[in-house]
Amino acid sequence: MTITTSRTARRTADGGVARPRATRARADRPGGRLTGARQEVTRSGAELLVEALRQAGARVIFGIPGGASLPIYDALYDAKELQHVLVRHEQVAAHAAVGYARASGRVGVCMATSGPGATNLVTGLTDAHMDSVPVVAVTGQVPTAVIGRDAFQEADVIGITMPVTKHAYQVWDAADIPRVIAEAFYVAAAGRPGPVLVDVPRDVAQSRVVPRPVEDVAARYRPHREGNAAQIAAAAEALQAAQRPIIYAGGGVISAGASEELTRLVERTGIPITVTLMGKGAIDEHHPRCLGMLGMHGTAYANYAINEADLILAVGVRFDDRVTGRLQDFAPHARFIHIDIDPAEIGKNKPAHIPIVGDAKLVLAALVERITSPPQIEPWLRQIEEWRQRYPLRYRQGDEVIKPQFVCETLARLTGERAIVVTDVGQHQMWAAQFYRCREPRTFISSGGLGAMGFGFPAAMGAQMACPQRTVVALVGDGGFQMTLQDLITAVEWRLPVKVVIINNGSLGMVRQWQQLFYRRRYSHVMLQNPDFARLAQVFGAAGRTVRRPDEVEEAVEWALRVQDLPVVLDVLVDPEENCLPMIPSGQSVKEMILE
Amino acid sequence: MDGARGRRQPDGQPLATVRSISLLVENSPGVLAKIAGLIRRRGYNIHSLSVGVTDDRRVSRMLVVLEGDEQAEQVVKNLNKILEVRRVHDLTGCDTVERELALIKVSVTPGTRQEVLHVAQIFRARVVDVGEHTVVVEVSGKPDKIDALQALLRRHGIREMVRTGRVALARGSQTT
Repeated sequence: MTITTSRTARRTADGGVARPRATRARADRPGGRLTGARQEVTRSGAELLVEALRQAGARVIFGIPGGASLPIYDALYDAKELQHVLVRHEQVAAHAAVGYARASGRVGVCMATSGPGATNLVTGLTDAHMDSVPVVAVTGQVPTAVIGRDAFQEADVIGITMPVTKHAYQVWDAADIPRVIAEAFYVAAAGRPGPVLVDVPRDVAQSRVVPRPVEDVAARYRPHREGNAAQIAAAAEALQAAQRPIIYAGGGVISAGASEELTRLVERTGIPITVTLMGKGAIDEHHPRCLGMLGMHGTAYANYAINEADLILAVGVRFDDRVTGRLQDFAPHARFIHIDIDPAEIGKNKPAHIPIVGDAKLVLAALVERITSPPQIEPWLRQIEEWRQRYPLRYRQGDEVIKPQFVCETLARLTGERAIVVTDVGQHQMWAAQFYRCREPRTFISSGGLGAMGFGFPAAMGAQMACPQRTVVALVGDGGFQMTLQDLITAVEWRLPVKVVIINNGSLGMVRQWQQLFYRRRYSHVMLQNPDFARLAQVFGAAGRTVRRPDEVEEAVEWALRVQDLPVVLDVLVDPEENCLPMIPSGQSVKEMILE
Repeated sequence: MDGARGRRQPDGQPLATVRSISLLVENSPGVLAKIAGLIRRRGYNIHSLSVGVTDDRRVSRMLVVLEGDEQAEQVVKNLNKILEVRRVHDLTGCDTVERELALIKVSVTPGTRQEVLHVAQIFRARVVDVGEHTVVVEVSGKPDKIDALQALLRRHGIREMVRTGRVALARGSQTT
């Protein structure tokens, strides 16, 4: 069983010095005696891995086994306390781990074998990287003796994932596994969260070792959490003196669990707030001061407010181009207070006048304490109210054709906006962001930064695994759903009552919209011939229904929400020509906003 | 390090500012690739790079010289986020001791050999190899001194040469 190699001086990829293998080999020779030394219990790398995952708090693993991960899966066979969800494509495993992490706040775990298994994770890891989601991916790898020799199912997964992970480990010594896994979970969740990959060669998983004790997992990574007191005082001062202030809050608030502090700040100061796609749920969007989402498809009033603001408190956001449009025209009159745990975000896209590096929860709490007198902003609030009245989100629902916005509104109404909504990417995603106003954090899950089609349904499965008691809706388009719908069978197998609502417009709608608006209606390769999704669902063993008329929508959604032990697919045939508005065309400013 | 692409000035010229970034990193596989990748992803060209272990053999010192612009500060901040990176200092504009070493193989004839040796002597360069048609000189010093010697030797014909890339330390008791 023991694999010895001549490369005794190899190190683990992250810098730990591997012990010469010969030392270990002695300890696990069958019947071997250690004369004069205390007999120590050896365990296989795979057993240590599974034990370490459990200790790190993993409960659910989404994965697919393969040749290089056979030893790991053999150890999983006995790990009854870890639920392994066998998905049908590794991309689904990664997206599901993201959905799990975002719904629960815990670290999501996915697993794949070497080569193609690992490369299939890449889209999901990139999504986690862009949206700062704590995920640990464990991949099998070919044995160390053949690494670098183009072995069967070998891929340089460390190299491939380097730009899309927060950190990646390749374990060369099984005795390191407990530390590596503990550190991987810590690194994934601490500071600005992100994906961490652990690559385990097959022989390392098989070898028997005496594990090294886990020391300080935070030794190499200690993010700065406390905000600078003087900067916080300066921020409070600026907020109190502002005439047209606005808060611009994003996913960092949700990661930090800072919703309560954020809401307190809004209430203490009376300052209006707008959220990013990732920040939906950071504050109850029904709050009278909340202007909904800003940016390319944000509300007109949020965009007007940002444009006219004299002070912007940006918290847990990264001034993404889908928010700012043309950077130099974004909030031209404003000074910026920028709170972020990642120092590299400060000043990346917009210079911050008052930068505060720290954890949003701690910084906002300290900031609230500092506010003694709220700013005098009545004229500003009146102005915003006027915009809100003049430019509301709107659509016209007739009797014949279902408007996609109507489906989102109906879902919002019938779930009381207390469901977890997971979207795919495209028009429906933006309609959901506009018309489903979240009440709590971790109830709106979407591929924000990467915009990965195929994300919605698998992430919804992950969210449902994390929150079995909650209603989970996967709001998807007909295009994106077809990228990962094979995993309906996994949802059936696990009796996950995910409500898949397809906003079916028979095309890759967002691309079609851009072709209509900017490419003279030359609809190049965007029209989809679709299967009958309801029947397809039934073949998988799920429940399925097609909805064709506006007057059927409500009843159909009610029916879907009633199904308790099976996935449901509602194929809602909507107006194929409906566009997502308002819209600030890419790279432009609020002046160029298309209202209707 | 493809000089033909990457971030340029609006007129197509290479970026004007040169930034020296000093790093203390864990001495382990993949660290160099990570650092190089991070810089590459942002479109910057590495002008020179030197790496070597420090007195603590678990730790290496790197000096990366970039063709930078005002956005290059982001590179420093992002380098700081790499787990294996222990410390990053932008030495640009700091009071430092900077050195570089070069080996230059120059073509000589019986008629030019003396002149080459004389130039080398002025630059306090050592002659480390003398052949029938070439001499190899070793020179160390500030990068501009090496530039100057290189320029003088060029007319004799530089057959091949190698520069180590810059190394630098802060002056005085300050550590980086």
